[in-house]
Amino acid sequence: MPLKEQTTLRVVLYEGDGAQPLEAGDRFTTMTTLLEKGFAVTRVSDKGRVAPADRTSLLVLGRFNDGRAPLGEDASGLVNLRFQDITDFDSNRIAEAVETLRAETNAAKHGDWKPWFPVIDYDRCTNCMQCLSFCLFGVYGVDEQQRIQVQNNDNCKTNCPACSRVCPEAAIMFPKYKAGPINGDVVSDADLQREKMKIDISALLGGDVYAMLRERSEKAKSRFSKERDADKALQERQKCLVKLASAGDIPPEVLMSLPSPEEIARRAEEAKAKAQTVLAAQQRGASTA
Amino acid sequence: MTTPPRILYCNCTYAQVVPKEVKEAVLKKLCESGVAFDAVADLCEMSARLDPALKRLADGGAVKIAACYPRAVKWLFHAAKAPLPIEAAEILNMRVQSADEVANALFSAELQPNLPTGKATKPSAVELPKSEVAA
Ligand code: SF4
Ligand code: SF4
Repeated sequence: MPLKEQTTLRVVLYEGDGAQPLEAGDRFTTMTTLLEKGFAVTRVSDKGRVAPADRTSLLVLGRFNDGRAPLGEDASGLVNLRFQDITDFDSNRIAEAVETLRAETNAAKHGDWKPWFPVIDYDRCTNCMQCLSFCLFGVYGVDEQQRIQVQNNDNCKTNCPACSRVCPEAAIMFPKYKAGPINGDVVSDADLQREKMKIDISALLGGDVYAMLRERSEKAKSRFSKERDADKALQERQKCLVKLASAGDIPPEVLMSLPSPEEIARRAEEAKAKAQTVLAAQQRGASTA
Repeated sequence: MTTPPRILYCNCTYAQVVPKEVKEAVLKKLCESGVAFDAVADLCEMSARLDPALKRLADGGAVKIAACYPRAVKWLFHAAKAPLPIEAAEILNMRVQSADEVANALFSAELQPNLPTGKATKPSAVELPKSEVAA
């Protein structure tokens, strides 16, 4: 199922007229259980506002008087509105009831994919297309205005922040990365200097990895042919990749899963051509303006 | 009278980048208080899915968001075509602030907008008005 355009089921914890309030501890456990399962939960009370209603399916949970959930529906017919009594339910049973409705309403299913993808800071981006020409997995593209855009975020390799390191302006963030400025922390002058001195990961991924691997495996082959130990050859390959990975902070699994050198070369050419087309269009736009 | 800001809490469910004790303590304080609030599992995941729910969360006027770095939160909403109101959004950063700091700011009636604003680098050709590109 494609990642896009799926909405999250909105669960409302209702504690107003016609329902008994939850103990603070129960409220916390219920909230935590639902959030850990990926749902959005709104706690309504007479103190403060919450986000307005939209067309998202709504499941209203409450300890309703007499243990009977009201039978209501949205007068406009636009919102799928359901009520569930949770008197005597523990948090697991609540989560089960919510999951049942999620499946019925076709709302987004959570937890199948770790949300790891680049986020562009357009206050910093200069539309230079380095990221587009670097990424071998087609994560980047451009919009109608020829502006760089993240288009296929689920193609991104989990835990790999390599493209953020090729960006000359530190404009690419991975909010779940461990350190700044890639995690969204403020970009300092020192960060920009550091970025300038970075290793050329592009070259590393584009060819050197394979050159090194071939060289290593040739040497290893002659040794291992004597030992007849294929496992050792694999270990050697892994050791080599781990070393390379640490130079660019690229997870070894990402390097291990790279396509063949020929395929890499093909994809790199394709990405470069795409970037060049965009840059040429930008220049044409500038000169005809 | 101006309406008080809404509260949005992000649980950062799919990563361990927000200290567990901080996010738990903030959620606990919210649950113990009488205030209404919205909570989401993971703003990153919603942004990746271009979840239309982000629009509702961005659109309801002034908002305080307990999540992570303001720069990240700003562009996550933007990526999902649901930009936050620059002048009416305050982000509390559970990666670096203590639970008490975050909770105090959430419960305070005063809003201190802190989303980064304005171009930090030279505008690119696509961002300039056509007349300036030609000049
Ligand atoms: S490399 Fe950075 S500055 Fe260049 S287009 Fe990509 S995000 Fe923008
Ligand atoms: S916005 Fe920040 S706190 Fe929320 S899920 Fe993403 S990284 Fe975690």
